[in-house]
Amino acid sequence: MIVGYYPGCSLTGTGKEYDMSLRKVLSLLDVQVEEINDWCCCGATSAHATNHLLSVALPARNLMLAQKQNLNELLAPCAACYNRLIGSKHEISHNADLKKKVEFVLEEDFNSSTEVINIVQLLQKVGKEKIKSLVKVSLKDIKVACYYGCLLVRPNAVTKFDDAENPTSMEDIISATGALTVEWNYKTECCGGAHSIARKDIVTFLSKNILDDAKLNGAHVIVVACPMCHSNLDMRQRAIKKLYPSHEEIPVLYLSELIGIALGLNGKELGINLHFVDAINLLQMVKAEM
Amino acid sequence: MSTHHSANTTLSNEIFSNTSLNVLQCYQCGKCSAGCPVRNFMIDAPNQVVRYVQLGFDDKALTSSTIWICASCQTCSTRCPQNFDIAKFMDAMRETALNKGIKPSEKDSMEFHKAFLNQIENHGRAYELGLVRDYKLKTLNLMQDVEVAPEMLMKGKLNILPHNVKDKKPVKKIFAKSKGGRK
Repeated sequence: MIVGYYPGCSLTGTGKEYDMSLRKVLSLLDVQVEEINDWCCCGATSAHATNHLLSVALPARNLMLAQKQNLNELLAPCAACYNRLIGSKHEISHNADLKKKVEFVLEEDFNSSTEVINIVQLLQKVGKEKIKSLVKVSLKDIKVACYYGCLLVRPNAVTKFDDAENPTSMEDIISATGALTVEWNYKTECCGGAHSIARKDIVTFLSKNILDDAKLNGAHVIVVACPMCHSNLDMRQRAIKKLYPSHEEIPVLYLSELIGIALGLNGKELGINLHFVDAINLLQMVKAEM
Repeated sequence: MSTHHSANTTLSNEIFSNTSLNVLQCYQCGKCSAGCPVRNFMIDAPNQVVRYVQLGFDDKALTSSTIWICASCQTCSTRCPQNFDIAKFMDAMRETALNKGIKPSEKDSMEFHKAFLNQIENHGRAYELGLVRDYKLKTLNLMQDVEVAPEMLMKGKLNILPHNVKDKKPVKKIFAKSKGGRK
């Protein structure tokens, strides 16, 4: 299976362990990734919050690059990139006036037949059975809280992916590793996203609620599919601990890292040592190596 | 979008012509505000800002901190019984406020967005150190994140040098031609 790959900016920096782990896991699952040549940033929150045309044109350029590489499917592992790519495509195809403006900006006709998919959708295509057949380390002793955040599922009319209020597709994939998944209340609550720098107080408040609910429901680990969610939930536990000294840390892993552990990769290969919250105890619970 | 647009105030007309969003679709049930994760950081609830626009209190709406505190999580848009895309409305409000030169009460958020987009315009991709440098110089929040920044550098999560795209021209052109937003 060959799939187009749009890593996005975070996966080359703050979320580089997501890229590391994903590439290794996909190669074990016989998925070949073909990166888009000279892709540019999707504009993320800052573009759509301040300049609508720009926020559609930047993803449109990347979609056109994918089109030129004849990619049928394009994986955007970052939930924010996924949302911007699929959202722009949707808007352009439903608004002829906007399409004209985008074509004026890009100086070429826009057409995109590439299907934009997120990481859960790719793993669904790979299939639970395939993952199961390759499991080397059973995760049966750990309980996982699957965190979807905002941008994998919303708006549902655009993503057409899972249920916007109570998604369950990540739980279904994870069941292939033997891990148990917990029922909890905050799987689609916002972590504060791009407020991480300008309004850290908002992010620490929202993230603390998410972390607490996961722990309250018995989770040993939170699994995410977004580098922005990851840095808010993992790195910001430092700031949370300062504000609430009784806060007990809980590790936060990317979906690709959790699956990587089950497929027998060690913590370093997956970049788990790059997190702020230590996951050594978690790895010991399943007798995996750091 | 079947409802006829008839609020007929300056801002509601502007929003409608730029985005096709009709503020009269909102019947003020307040469900958006009930589910808003950042409501308690706001003075005006999200539905109140829509109400201001419905009634023609344009300045009140455009200067409300609510439009900048909105985290763009889209919970409101997902739940609105009238299918009014309130998250998109908040985007349009921010853009309109910026185009009108209105000073946002949440200056730091605006400076963050500006600094972020500057990196993209110059490098084609996000450059975190440049972003932090530009943002700190503008806001003078110089000591922010000293508890995590050195470790991020050590872990290689903050790139010292920008990751430039090979060909910077197309991205610069997109920025130049998108200036002025929807107009």
